[in-house]
Amino acid sequence: MFLNFKSLAVAGLAAALIAPLAAPAPVRAADTTLLNVSYDPTRELYQQFNKLFAEKYKAESGKTVEIKTSHGGSGKQARSVIDGLEADVVTLALAYDIDAIADKGFLAQDWQKRLPQNSSPYTSTIVFLVRKGNPKGIKDWDDLVKPGVQVITPNPKTSGGARWNYLAGWAYALKKYGSEAKAKEYLAALFKNVPVLDTGARGSTVTFTERGVGDVLLAWENEAFLSKKEFGDDKFDIVVPSLSILAEPPVAVVDKVVDRKGTRAVAEAYLKLLYTKEGQKLAAENFYRPRDPEIAKQYENVFPKVDLVTIDDPAFGGWRKAQKTHFDDGGVFDQIYSN
Amino acid sequence: MAETTMSAAELAGTAPPRRSNGVIPGFGLTMGLTLLWLSLIVLIPLAGLFFKTAELTPERIWTILTATRTLNALKISFGLSLIAAAINLVLGAVVVWALVRYDFPGRRLLDALVDIPFALPTAVAGIALTTLYAENGWLGGLLAPFGIKVAFTPLGILVALIFIGLPFVVRTVQPVLEDFDHELEEAAATLGASRWTTIRKVVLPTVLPAFLTGFALAFARAVGEYGSVIFIAGNLPNVSEIAPLLIVIRLEEFRYADATTIAATMLVASFALLFVINGLQRWSQARTGRAS
Amino acid sequence: MSDNSVRSEPAAVKWTVVGIAALFIGLFIVLPLVNVFAQALVKGWEAYAAALIEPDALAAIELTLIVTAIAVVANTVMGLVMAWAITKFSFPGKSFLITLIDLPFSVSPVVAGLVFVLLFGAQGYFGPWLIDNGYKIIFAWPGIALATIFVTFPFVARELIPLMQEQGTTEEEAAVTLGASGWRVFSRVTLPNVKWALLYGVLLCNARAMGEFGAVSVVSGHVRGETNTIPLQVEILYNEYQFQASFAVASLLALLAVVTLFAKTVLESRVHARKGGH
Repeated sequence: MFLNFKSLAVAGLAAALIAPLAAPAPVRAADTTLLNVSYDPTRELYQQFNKLFAEKYKAESGKTVEIKTSHGGSGKQARSVIDGLEADVVTLALAYDIDAIADKGFLAQDWQKRLPQNSSPYTSTIVFLVRKGNPKGIKDWDDLVKPGVQVITPNPKTSGGARWNYLAGWAYALKKYGSEAKAKEYLAALFKNVPVLDTGARGSTVTFTERGVGDVLLAWENEAFLSKKEFGDDKFDIVVPSLSILAEPPVAVVDKVVDRKGTRAVAEAYLKLLYTKEGQKLAAENFYRPRDPEIAKQYENVFPKVDLVTIDDPAFGGWRKAQKTHFDDGGVFDQIYSN
Repeated sequence: MAETTMSAAELAGTAPPRRSNGVIPGFGLTMGLTLLWLSLIVLIPLAGLFFKTAELTPERIWTILTATRTLNALKISFGLSLIAAAINLVLGAVVVWALVRYDFPGRRLLDALVDIPFALPTAVAGIALTTLYAENGWLGGLLAPFGIKVAFTPLGILVALIFIGLPFVVRTVQPVLEDFDHELEEAAATLGASRWTTIRKVVLPTVLPAFLTGFALAFARAVGEYGSVIFIAGNLPNVSEIAPLLIVIRLEEFRYADATTIAATMLVASFALLFVINGLQRWSQARTGRAS
Repeated sequence: MSDNSVRSEPAAVKWTVVGIAALFIGLFIVLPLVNVFAQALVKGWEAYAAALIEPDALAAIELTLIVTAIAVVANTVMGLVMAWAITKFSFPGKSFLITLIDLPFSVSPVVAGLVFVLLFGAQGYFGPWLIDNGYKIIFAWPGIALATIFVTFPFVARELIPLMQEQGTTEEEAAVTLGASGWRVFSRVTLPNVKWALLYGVLLCNARAMGEFGAVSVVSGHVRGETNTIPLQVEILYNEYQFQASFAVASLLALLAVVTLFAKTVLESRVHARKGGH
């Protein structure tokens, strides 16, 4: 018995010594590996897009490339990159999160000018997802603050989508009621109706769809379409508010990482593919609004026409200002939330 | 023999402090390794946390700690953990009494099942409990008609904390109760004490330290719990947001100062708790003559 | 359990107590466990198997096994060393040292992850140097291994220390007096005496290492097929509407829990038999 025990211990020790040697070189034989650190609802898009890029790259260069992805709340993902997650490219929910990475010196400050259209190859907007037949009769932003309506949205501090949700509501209230004080009141009332605050957009969607909590989900348009697709048209309806926001999820190559790994060419080719017809088509199929006018026309029946404000609207003054005013410590969100 | 001992001790840079340690070799070597390992894995990383917190001014630390959301998160974590541990104390007492004192079909199975929360990963427990208690789940569906909502409310957190703390009371009290000297009970009965009086006056004082130890262990575990809670909690600030989640959120918001300050606070609390637990264990040992 | 006549309660009390105990365990433990398997098999065995051989799931299993092997071996060896130092000698501050060893047990897993980010993250104390020299700790397997070692730190030592304390030092002293070397005393006298408790500690350490979520979640970076362990893969699938797949992967861990318990029950009877023999 004792001898067995001893040999067991020796075997275990040997395994522990070998394991670290084996671990860094797994059996994956790709010539290049890219890491795309992305936000929550892009899981399905990049699964398909990665396959497309790997095929293209193989056909053009004869080399194999493997693309890994990581998804989570946009702010949280940015934090991971800042803390050393070796992302070759970041594809996040909003520009400020990439700005935060740039502030730490991982990429050039003018990163957003390096690719066309504010480095956002696709756009989206914020819509309402309600239960089939819209039992609470939710038509527009005003209906969200009615008593007895439960609103599901993620946490603006960690989720990019939630920040777009919040700002779209702000834009509406500001336009309708005319003052910041009123807009603040409106949002305070809205967040009083929020029973669950998940850290990422996907968590909120799961709460609303699978767990059956809430009457309306403030969602990325693509996420709302996807929920209908996943759970069936007979479960949910999409309600388009009278005013929403043009969400531009940007993409960027992380200079510091690609220069160290020598992957700049591949990483740039990867992002450029997003702007091609094929990339745009794939985005549209995953319910992101394509930038390419021709592809956009093909899919114009899919996406409802909405009156959209942008983040550069004087009401916001760009992401840096919006972040500081609304979401930083002591900002408007903190004020309406601690009350 | 003595020479090898000395050289090992010298290598590790420590000498046996007392001659009374006798003839067993290896004190220097094993103590050196112990301190090294402990420092590398536990002490230095934890010290890093305090250094990071110490970079802040006392005012800043105070502001962070007294922020409504921080206070509420700490209140929720500590308060619900206390309630969960108390429920585990009562129900654990019932379970341990049934397991030790009665013979019934399925006793061994029940005994084995008590350890499931030790062995079942917290994330698995989290999704399982959430699915169970959500309004469309097996149990949530039964409770919904009565207006009781468990998943995504503080009640859900409580359920998760009861789950993960369940084995502690049972497992700390069980051996003590098993070893309990039957003659004492018999003597009490012979002297005319009622059954309830015997249990209260004879059995309880002996097992009390073990109960308190189990309670403290369950509490300590619950305060830091993360995996099982985040799925079921709803994570609503000031209502169902636990302190460990707030640490993660602060980290994700780039607010390192907040994250480390809350973390350091919780660490101090866990350290204090551990001292209490160790004290209780020594008390228990002194009273029953065995390690619990 | 000898004569029960004066030490028992009426049958009604007995069955109430047993009933409450069974209900409590059934509701809080059996039902969640059954639920895992029920949800995993809701689409049948084929879907179940498909979820398990999916490449990202396999990668997660591989990573979990590697990390667990490292953590278990490290903590077993060091657990023995620490238990030896603490129980075979007397020195001041012993109970303080035991408290320090126990500390990771009560530290929140999230804090455990955080401290390694503070040390080895790109903004941390050693991070910049490590990254410039090409070492990846955070968001790679070494960080995951470190966090796992931290949270499972006390498990083996905790099982060994009380038992070795109880056994005292007489046998070892006798062996030394008879001329045995330190290593020989350890391997021939101490180890056989504690082997079942050791195995028991290893078992608990293993279960916790495979299932750790909070600490690993903070240091992982969640890269699919690379830095996701099984519990993280469970969370990801759960968030991708793939509930059945999520529970299928979770069922692996639930199965591990059941096997652990079974092995533990067997081991316990061994430990008890041994104690009874003394």
